[in-house]
Amino acid sequence: MSASPSAPTAAPALRKTALNPVHKKSCAKMVDFGGWDMPVEYSGLIAEHMAVRTRVGLFDVSHMGEIQLRGPQALEAVQLVSMNDALTLEDGQAQYSALLTPEGTFVDDILVYRFSPNDYLLVVNAGTRAKDFAWIKKHVQRFRCHAADYSDYYSQLAIQGPRALAVLQKLTNVKLDAIKNYRSVWGQVSGVHNVLISRTGYTGEDGFEIYIPSDETTGTRVWDEILEAGREFDILPCGLGARNTLRLEASMPLYGHEITEETNVFEAGLDRFCKLDKPEFIGQAALKSLKENGGAQRRLIGLEMVERGIAREGYSVSTPDGEHLGTVTSGSPAPFLKKNIALAYLPRAHGEVGEEMAISIREQKVRARVVAQPFYRRPKKQP
Amino acid sequence: MAYPAEYRYTREHEWIHLEGITGTIGITDYAQNSLGDIVFVDVPKVGDTVEQGKVFGSVESVKAVSDLYSPVSGMVTAVNEDLHDAPEKINHDAHGAWIIKVQMSHPSQTDALLSAEDYEKFISEESGH
Repeated sequence: MSASPSAPTAAPALRKTALNPVHKKSCAKMVDFGGWDMPVEYSGLIAEHMAVRTRVGLFDVSHMGEIQLRGPQALEAVQLVSMNDALTLEDGQAQYSALLTPEGTFVDDILVYRFSPNDYLLVVNAGTRAKDFAWIKKHVQRFRCHAADYSDYYSQLAIQGPRALAVLQKLTNVKLDAIKNYRSVWGQVSGVHNVLISRTGYTGEDGFEIYIPSDETTGTRVWDEILEAGREFDILPCGLGARNTLRLEASMPLYGHEITEETNVFEAGLDRFCKLDKPEFIGQAALKSLKENGGAQRRLIGLEMVERGIAREGYSVSTPDGEHLGTVTSGSPAPFLKKNIALAYLPRAHGEVGEEMAISIREQKVRARVVAQPFYRRPKKQP
Repeated sequence: MAYPAEYRYTREHEWIHLEGITGTIGITDYAQNSLGDIVFVDVPKVGDTVEQGKVFGSVESVKAVSDLYSPVSGMVTAVNEDLHDAPEKINHDAHGAWIIKVQMSHPSQTDALLSAEDYEKFISEESGH
């Protein structure tokens, strides 16, 4: 058996979130995630995944980045670097977007929050934090605004699942059910007076992401209080393993897999978050030109294994006759759907729902078929 | 975790239970714990040959694929069918959930295998505890 244990070796110092001691105390299996010492699972990936789908789970996602843009031309600055239209945002509202290269490919995917007309928060991926901040700083220089990296000041916890609201409500007087999807408020949680409470998440379930000060005392206390409040619902702490299977099941892209500096907005299927008609932004010209010249040559499609086997990142996708079409960008078992699923880029002529595919798994061709997206959508009415 | 004294072990975390020239093979508790939830086991067929130190199949968790290395050479005489539909049995009872049985072609190969005590020492060094 060739799996190596996930115990940390004496490597150069991995970055740690404020909750690192809590994870170690829970005997979480830790992993090096982009230079961060992060929990990959606590009690078991499948149990954690199912907890989020059916009850509630808690994640430490403090490794993610927070970049503040403030000043009288902060909106113009956001509009230049971000592909979605920040002008439509109301105070407290968030939108999914991306920072694009001039070629219309991805620097990173982000959430953009507006707190006031001159005050914006961009939440970015952990692995691209430094890159994104440098990119933003460089491009907003011309505007009368200030870009600041607040990542180290915040810890971020995600409470996700049909019972997430019930759990968090026990710890705050803020009326959580008044916060609509992709909206946020500032309020008191667990005695911390200035928490950003956001109805967002990366699991496909209802839930909240909260931003608290990044000191260990606060983080530990809030974490423990959430777990205590969630005890009656059998809450589980959840690691990056479940975070990945949950987002994949919900067909949410992951930077470095479905979206990269080599993939464009149209082939990734993220057109609806890209407002080509808004004022000039980086990547706009290239995308307009692409649109005028036939559009994306390939598309991101979803696959489900038909025969026994698991398609994984890097595996080759071909027609049943053996013509190579593309490569799996993400693939794994889907614990809730009880299927093995994958995402891959295929040439535009292929990828119709129902189309038969073959995945090369250790020299065997294993049958799969194209399925509609998203793989999983949460039920409209929660019991 | 007590590693059965009557088993022998490899540095790739397989165990083998020897009865005459039949070896029953599985993966250790340390291995299943490292892997996490096991979702798929890829095994040879009855009648296939296996070679000491060579890959004979794989075990997949949600996150990763892990090759299985045979502790001994010989012919596969049985495959645990239970693992087809319930691979998680390995997580629940790694030392009981056998994967294949092999009729050994070179019984003296077992001299190269680790005792339970040696294996426990090996894993404590490997995991730094």
